[in-house]
Amino acid sequence: MTELAIPDLSLVVLIGTTGSGKSTFARRHFRPTQVVSSDVCRGLVADDENDQSATPEAFDLLHYITGKRLAGGRLTVVDATNVQREARARLVALAREHDVLPVAVVLDVPEPVCRERNAARPDRAGLPPHVLPRQRRELRRSLGALQREGFRHVHVLRGEAEVAAARVALRPRFNDLRHLTGPFDIIGDVHGCRSELETLLGGKLGYVIERDGRGRPVGARHPEGRTAVFVGDLVDRGPDSPGVLRLVMGMVEQGTALCVPGNHEQKLGRWLAGRKVRVAHGLAETIEQLERVEEEEEEKKKNEEKERQERQPEGGGFRARVRAFLDGLVSHYVLDGGRLVVAHAGLPEKYHGRTSGRVRAHALFGETTGETDEFGLPVRYPWAEDYRGRAAVVYGHTPVPRASWLNNTICLDTGAVFGGRLTALRWPERELADTPAERVWYEPVRPLAAEAPGGGTGRPLDVADVQGRRVVTTRHAGRLSVREENAAAALEVMSRFAVDPRLLLYLPPTMAPCATSAAEGYLEHPAEAFAAYRAAGVREVICEEKHMGSRAVVLVARDPRVIGERFGVAPGAPGAVWTRTGRAFFDDAATAAGLLERLSAAIGGAGLWEELETGWLLLDAELMPWSLKAGGLLRGQYAAVGAAARAAFPEALAALEAARARGVALDGGLLERQRERAADAAAFTDAYRRYCWPAGGDGGDGVPAGVRLAPFGLLAAEGRSLAGLAHDRQLALIDRMIAAEPGAGGGTGLLAPTGRLVVDTADEASVAAGTEWWLELTAAGGEGMVVKPLAAQVRDGDGRQVQPGVKCRGREYLRIVYGPEYTRPENLARLRERHLGHKRSLALREHALGLEALDRLAADEPLWRVHEAVFAVLALESEPVDPRL
Amino acid sequence: MTIATTGDAGRPATDLGHLLHKHPERHQSFSVTAGTAHVFYPEADERRCTAALLLEIDSVGLVRAAGRGGRRGARPAPGHQAGALAQYVNDRPYAASSLLAVALGQVFRTALRGECRARPELAGRPLPLRITVPALPAYGGPELVRRMFEPLGWRVTADPVPLDEHFPQWGESRYVRLALEGDGVPLAEALRQIYVLLPVLDGAKHYWVTPEEVDKLLRAGEGWLPYHPEHRLITGRYLHRRAALTREAMQRLELARLAEADDAEPEELDNAVPEETEETPGTAGTAGTAGTAGTAGTAGTAGTAGTAGTAGTAGTAGTAEEERQVPLAQRRREAILAALAELGAERVLDLGCGAGHLIQLLLQDGRFREVAGVDVSVRALQFAARRLRLERLPERQRERVRLFQSALTYTDSRLKGYDAAVLCEVVEHVDPPRLPALEYAVFGHARPGAVLVTTPNAEYNVRWETLPAGAFRHPDHRFEWDRARFREWADATARRYGYRVSVRPVGPDDPEVGAPTQLALFRTGTEQDQNRDRDDKREAGA
Repeated sequence: MTELAIPDLSLVVLIGTTGSGKSTFARRHFRPTQVVSSDVCRGLVADDENDQSATPEAFDLLHYITGKRLAGGRLTVVDATNVQREARARLVALAREHDVLPVAVVLDVPEPVCRERNAARPDRAGLPPHVLPRQRRELRRSLGALQREGFRHVHVLRGEAEVAAARVALRPRFNDLRHLTGPFDIIGDVHGCRSELETLLGGKLGYVIERDGRGRPVGARHPEGRTAVFVGDLVDRGPDSPGVLRLVMGMVEQGTALCVPGNHEQKLGRWLAGRKVRVAHGLAETIEQLERVEEEEEEKKKNEEKERQERQPEGGGFRARVRAFLDGLVSHYVLDGGRLVVAHAGLPEKYHGRTSGRVRAHALFGETTGETDEFGLPVRYPWAEDYRGRAAVVYGHTPVPRASWLNNTICLDTGAVFGGRLTALRWPERELADTPAERVWYEPVRPLAAEAPGGGTGRPLDVADVQGRRVVTTRHAGRLSVREENAAAALEVMSRFAVDPRLLLYLPPTMAPCATSAAEGYLEHPAEAFAAYRAAGVREVICEEKHMGSRAVVLVARDPRVIGERFGVAPGAPGAVWTRTGRAFFDDAATAAGLLERLSAAIGGAGLWEELETGWLLLDAELMPWSLKAGGLLRGQYAAVGAAARAAFPEALAALEAARARGVALDGGLLERQRERAADAAAFTDAYRRYCWPAGGDGGDGVPAGVRLAPFGLLAAEGRSLAGLAHDRQLALIDRMIAAEPGAGGGTGLLAPTGRLVVDTADEASVAAGTEWWLELTAAGGEGMVVKPLAAQVRDGDGRQVQPGVKCRGREYLRIVYGPEYTRPENLARLRERHLGHKRSLALREHALGLEALDRLAADEPLWRVHEAVFAVLALESEPVDPRL
Repeated sequence: MTIATTGDAGRPATDLGHLLHKHPERHQSFSVTAGTAHVFYPEADERRCTAALLLEIDSVGLVRAAGRGGRRGARPAPGHQAGALAQYVNDRPYAASSLLAVALGQVFRTALRGECRARPELAGRPLPLRITVPALPAYGGPELVRRMFEPLGWRVTADPVPLDEHFPQWGESRYVRLALEGDGVPLAEALRQIYVLLPVLDGAKHYWVTPEEVDKLLRAGEGWLPYHPEHRLITGRYLHRRAALTREAMQRLELARLAEADDAEPEELDNAVPEETEETPGTAGTAGTAGTAGTAGTAGTAGTAGTAGTAGTAGTAGTAEEERQVPLAQRRREAILAALAELGAERVLDLGCGAGHLIQLLLQDGRFREVAGVDVSVRALQFAARRLRLERLPERQRERVRLFQSALTYTDSRLKGYDAAVLCEVVEHVDPPRLPALEYAVFGHARPGAVLVTTPNAEYNVRWETLPAGAFRHPDHRFEWDRARFREWADATARRYGYRVSVRPVGPDDPEVGAPTQLALFRTGTEQDQNRDRDDKREAGA
């Protein structure tokens, strides 16, 4: 029995003449979907599996399907004769293109057997007699050349019996260590800093270091069974590369460490193998140190003339051990169920778990743009900025001042040998541990990059993250789709008007009104809101006063530096204030800064930075007066309507009165109706005037006098979303900020409280009190209220999302929405025919996306992931829905 | 509105009733398009007679109709507050808008035609008239109202209405209280003047302009419009600034005017129709395309003025620059073409292509094998596609051009691999804190062989007489740089991304303030190239 070892991700190319039993072989050893057959492809394109004229098209299709499968990381078997070199060359190229190993399986079955089999098949009766001998000749010619053609494994099965006896054994790839779940301590570039490595392992990471008789570290174990993973570049430049190798090799042999090679290991390996290498970038130090080791250990005399000989394997035990160790290193590892990838220079997603020369090259050297910088060093292609994979990629290679995550990748090379730090990442904890260098062991050619890749340089997100039709997967509402035209509209607003996406961490969702009321004179009434929540099984709701301003989202930090450090945006103000569509709320940066400073001081005064263990907060708020932001709309539309009415009615009424006075019968109560209309228009004017008050002049800190900010929701702090906190608790924290606002007394401060009332929807008296509260609020000129389930993020009895809040707008306020005369019975009757379905669905979807953005932010996910959800909210806002709802 | 006249025993004022075909002693109601129109007479005796037309608009019905009507529904004029009629909060019920004009046309149809069955001799005779409109929406203010009515022989009182007495700082509203007095105009003509001029002053024609509108205008304008010194403005506004229709109407107006004088066919004489109408320099470009687009009903070219600003192409907004923008925009494009030719660029990106003026030029030149137009505004791309007649280009030409939406504050792999990228009047439309993103996306990520950036030279602004000091040339400009600041930016960007840069003026180079536009030409290249350049310069200097 022959066992055919085949890597579990490879392109298996069956080679054999017609009738050699390829299809039968494929059927026996592989799943039907793994096999791509040229006969089947011929049938698909030409309705006839034996139509030779369709061969070119059939092979196009075969290559296409094979390419798609390999791109998806699926083992694929090509069932075609493949006796010609050119045919195989296409397949080898295809395998390389997708970085999988090409494997050849040759079915070398005698010609008579094949002929007999073909004869037994009526569909092959037309096969010209010369075909089979020709294929045999081609096959024989090919046999010796397969390795050279690029096949990494070649299995030749000779004769029917061998074919029948063969077994296929799928072998995992060397880089596939998904079954190892750690926990791991991944350690950055050591570069011969043995002492720092001992400090880090033995101190911060808690390993017990084992030493040989001369006190040299030769192994280390963690009492809890953790595994160390070295990202490579153990050697060169530093003071004790052999010492580092001795320790790491020991750990790898013990099974307490894994190690991937760095470019420096690769070069040392080549030098050790006697290959010609340029001794530079710290290799000279390593060579010298190795030689010293040998002098000590072997007590051999060094002989300059015989240097090359000495580099032969027999030259020394330690060298041989190092050489064997370096030879055995695997370019990268996929660990922990596929959630973690370790490669020295990082690895784009399409190379994870793949095996090819270029995968190895990228893992060792990274990708360069082909250009060199002013220090003569190659310019690296910032692959991490394009990275969109779900697996975390941990790497080293490029020294950075500080390890930080970018798109779920992190570089742990913090330049220990250049006097920086030696850094480790605990996995799955995602915590960093480091130890400072004892000194500058090696002067860098260029200064350590002033900024981590992608950080602080304003490098933007990619348009492919947001453009076109998209599906965003959310924790709260599953998959939500964004249509292309909505995304296009959002792109325009986002790119032309919105604040920097690194700060734009949330956009507020739209909110549905309560169901339309049938109560006389009302279009909206809280009774409907209470009833709806009661029906959904929500008993405790909170009524919150609706402020008469504009929605604002506020990112506020303890200090402007926090904004720089946490969000990578050049610090100016301690945060940002933006509108519903992400535009900066204030044209004037100084005003925003003043407001943020005052808010920041209030939060500090309330002790919330410490209490919430954060340096920044994201708040949902209302900024007043409305006229501050909506001045143009107020003047251009609302005030204009009032002005036109005030100009028109006195004359119209005077004319009507004159006509009546001289005895003209005015039909249908025309005069009375015009008087009512005039009164409606006056009421409308009163309604909008409540939203306007002068805000101007410096009220202190550069905030215009008269401006008020009413935070009503806490959204996020460092490492956590606060949107799940019950609303009364959120408001209680906000109340403390308001109380702590410096210099505010007697309601003259910047911060305004939010009136509220908790209602039990199942208790009639409580519901009546809620209604009464709303009536009082709106009678005093208030806009209305918002009713929310007290506990945020509740679901109904069937596990469906309930509306996160509904608004009940006051009767007078609605004149601004539905027009001055909406309360006239004939108008109300028609306006009650409004359709809330789309609005409600939109509110739920946007809410889920908003929460998703906050959750992604809390999980420290890459910016593009947060932005994706925020962008989707904006895109959905461009869906057509009745704007008055 | 009211229409009043005076009279005496021999010619009683109440004849007004005959002329209007409405009895002075009765209140009459008519169902009209927008609601109900009422006619009654506050006074009616021999000496004085006043007719009042009151339009009760069904504002809810109006919105609902607009919502259902879709295409035929309301469309505001460009530059208006969004969705004028789609709002329940609307001045239509109170202001004497185009809706009143329509009601006037319906209620006084016969009077408008100048027919009077009872007293035919009255119809053509001028009357002493006083017409008042208490809330007339007037874009252009009292001044424009006077320009409209005074040439027609009216004594005009036009008092602005304050926006809100509670907020005096808000100033005047767009409404005026209008009173017209005169005795030289027959009633029918007066009504026709009102019929045409209300929508003209209102600016928001409330329904789609169709070819019939042209005929309506011509009918209503008979006898006075061709002689009106502002006839072009009136025509333009009345027809909703629809450039194509304007042209058609202009032809017909000229036909009306010159046919009388010359007895000739209008086509013979139509040889100098200005491409532009007042207030809308942006339509100049659109005119050509819209003309070919033909049907007036198709979703319009109107509104280019509003959008193309995004693209940053010149000539898109009615700003101070307007008279000079066209030539300057041309010179800018010429300078860009020259620079591209110098570079030998074959594959060119136009980043912020707007309505596609530059692409059009590039396509006319066979050296440019491939041109990609990119804009963040989908509408701009639609205009560009229409300008370039993409759908009708021959296959080989079509293959040379690609238009797609992208945003320069994001990286975009589709932008990679071009010989040159043009940012013509684009950077100044980007908020300064977002500029590093654009720089990275263009210079760091797309990395074309060359980048051409043009932007206004702020120093030159003092040379625009109509531009207030300190103002930007375009309302969407986020900044305008002087020459030193531009140079500084160009040098820093070039250094950061490994380009070489040279800056040159575009337009008349003023000794004091420089040229109106500055152009930076960035090139990638080796030190050798740089040295060669330096040598070239030295040679040129020597």
